[in-house]
Amino acid sequence: MALLEVKDLQVEFPLGRKTLQALYGIDFALDKGERLGIVGESGAGKSVAAFSILNLLSKPGRISGGEILFEGRDLSKLNDKEMRTIRGNRISMIFQDPMMTLNPVLTIGTQMVECLKAHRDISSAEAREIAISKLREVMIPSPENRMDSYPHELSGGMRQRVVIAIALLTDPSIIIADEPTTALDVTIQAEIMALMLELCKTNNVGLILITHDLAVVSQVTERIMVMYAGRVVEEGYTQEVIKNPRHPYTRGLLKALPQENRPGQRLNQIPGSMPALDAIPAGCAFNPRCEFADGDCVKAVPDLVGEQGHRAACVHVDRIPAFVGAGGAE
Amino acid sequence: MSDTGAVPLVEIENVEKRFGGAGGFLSSPQPVVKALNDVTLTVPKGEAFCLVGESGCGKSTLARTVIGLHPPSAGEIRYRGKRIDNLSTRERRPYNQKMQMIFQNPYASLNPRMTVLQTLEEPLRIHRPQMSDAEIRDKVHAVMRSVGNDPAWGERYPHEFSGGQRQRISIARALMLDPEFIVADEPISALDVSIQAQVLNVMMDAQKERDLTYLFITHDLSVVEHFGSQVAVMYLGTVCEQAETRKLFSMPRHPYTQALLSAIPKMDGTGVNHVKMTGEVPTAMDLPKGCVFHPRCPHAMERCCHEVPTLKQNGSSQTACFAVEEGRI
Repeated sequence: MALLEVKDLQVEFPLGRKTLQALYGIDFALDKGERLGIVGESGAGKSVAAFSILNLLSKPGRISGGEILFEGRDLSKLNDKEMRTIRGNRISMIFQDPMMTLNPVLTIGTQMVECLKAHRDISSAEAREIAISKLREVMIPSPENRMDSYPHELSGGMRQRVVIAIALLTDPSIIIADEPTTALDVTIQAEIMALMLELCKTNNVGLILITHDLAVVSQVTERIMVMYAGRVVEEGYTQEVIKNPRHPYTRGLLKALPQENRPGQRLNQIPGSMPALDAIPAGCAFNPRCEFADGDCVKAVPDLVGEQGHRAACVHVDRIPAFVGAGGAE
Repeated sequence: MSDTGAVPLVEIENVEKRFGGAGGFLSSPQPVVKALNDVTLTVPKGEAFCLVGESGCGKSTLARTVIGLHPPSAGEIRYRGKRIDNLSTRERRPYNQKMQMIFQNPYASLNPRMTVLQTLEEPLRIHRPQMSDAEIRDKVHAVMRSVGNDPAWGERYPHEFSGGQRQRISIARALMLDPEFIVADEPISALDVSIQAQVLNVMMDAQKERDLTYLFITHDLSVVEHFGSQVAVMYLGTVCEQAETRKLFSMPRHPYTQALLSAIPKMDGTGVNHVKMTGEVPTAMDLPKGCVFHPRCPHAMERCCHEVPTLKQNGSSQTACFAVEEGRI
């Protein structure tokens, strides 16, 4: 059995008289040490999917159906106290902006020791030792001195390293990273991604990486899940999906990347934008923006079809031409 | 594309910009931030000139200095050969019409209390008082259509639009006065991938139709490779390499450019293999002596620690690096 198994997960936000549905039943699984990328644009539901695993949905959001099985236990049924033994302990989370994650008025050391002591019955001195070793693991120079630094004394890249060290403190089996490098520069992004990849491999930690950046996903993950308007539209082995996208949305995203177009030419754009939660089109939600859409696309929501390892939710999956980017043509 | 021989459209010569320093009445002196150090660049007409670099390298400061939002602390900015950085507000007005700016965040750069129509009319009402209401309306509609926005949206407010639509409104505002030169500061960074392509297309179409010259600031190198005809790479307030886009990407010379290009995530499944730089970006309050890049440079030698390299033609690009000059790279 997979370490984490999400089945038919539905999330809704009741707002006054109407209820907005954010997730329409998504399924995915993560094995021990596996790295999964969740990709999509703002409003696709990728963060909601990840947040609901740890019951971090902001009010009034709630899980309205499905189950989240972690080592066989359904996380969506846990009470707050039970959840605290999982969240930040067995499954930790890395957020986008390290300045928002770290407490600005506490030293790095205080925050790390506090986190460890909340989950384990150990002395402060022992906790400090573990914290220093984790800072060393994320390659922070002179970790003993850094323990007494405040977050503002560190650069953006160093801060995100500290956040990763905190996520690793309790030796979790899964790390959920929500756009961990979006706020960082390219050279620092490369360093952080290389670090995360290595740490996940050496510690056999599972990773759920949420991002809008297809290139980052392709570098780090083994499997990918593309989301659109609260549903999974394509999923499979990362390289397989990226080299041979089957769903028109994935294909459109890849074709819109500057590196897949000839320099100076107009980019292949997807017309329109992601629908709002209260205006999801009938049938396939992507059909108003899709170049292959016809009458069949509005009849019903397409299921994910294809063999395990690469499935796409499109009724015209057989009609979609093979993907050839500018890179492939050369 | 550039008309060689003629006077370049925009010239930036030995520009420096420092912030802080003098203490005011009752306040002690502030530390000096050296945001720009001796930057010299020439933007010929018709180019899509890109400025790249990481946070804090001074690319936005340079853009704002060129457009006149900050006065330079030293050096000159010339437009069609005429010095413009020392003009009075009144003398500058004709240039303001020729030079426009697009900002990063369309949520912040559009006035939330003005309808789209009011926002787009304002530049015309200020700079073209002779135009009648009907003429203004026609012009607004024509420009809105050219950026792919429906003219019927004119009565709506910015909050009613998506990010991409809003950024197209701010592009329309920049185009209202038929400028020749547009400074775009990270115009697509706040947008989603599929929307980025839409906005870049609008900008490229406008360039073709109107023969625009862009100064395009970005940190996204794949956008530069696609959009730019010339690139200048900045590091800590100095330009370390400048070249034609194709040449820079096929053969980066400066060690910082090489590290920067190697960090672009690639989709070929080869994982992360970037050139590792040692240390961290120093702060602009305490610049390293000599070449600003030397503490992180794998090729740094004795000379780099006390002499400041200047931009020199080395093969296909202009680089400010002793190692390139001496043929060590």
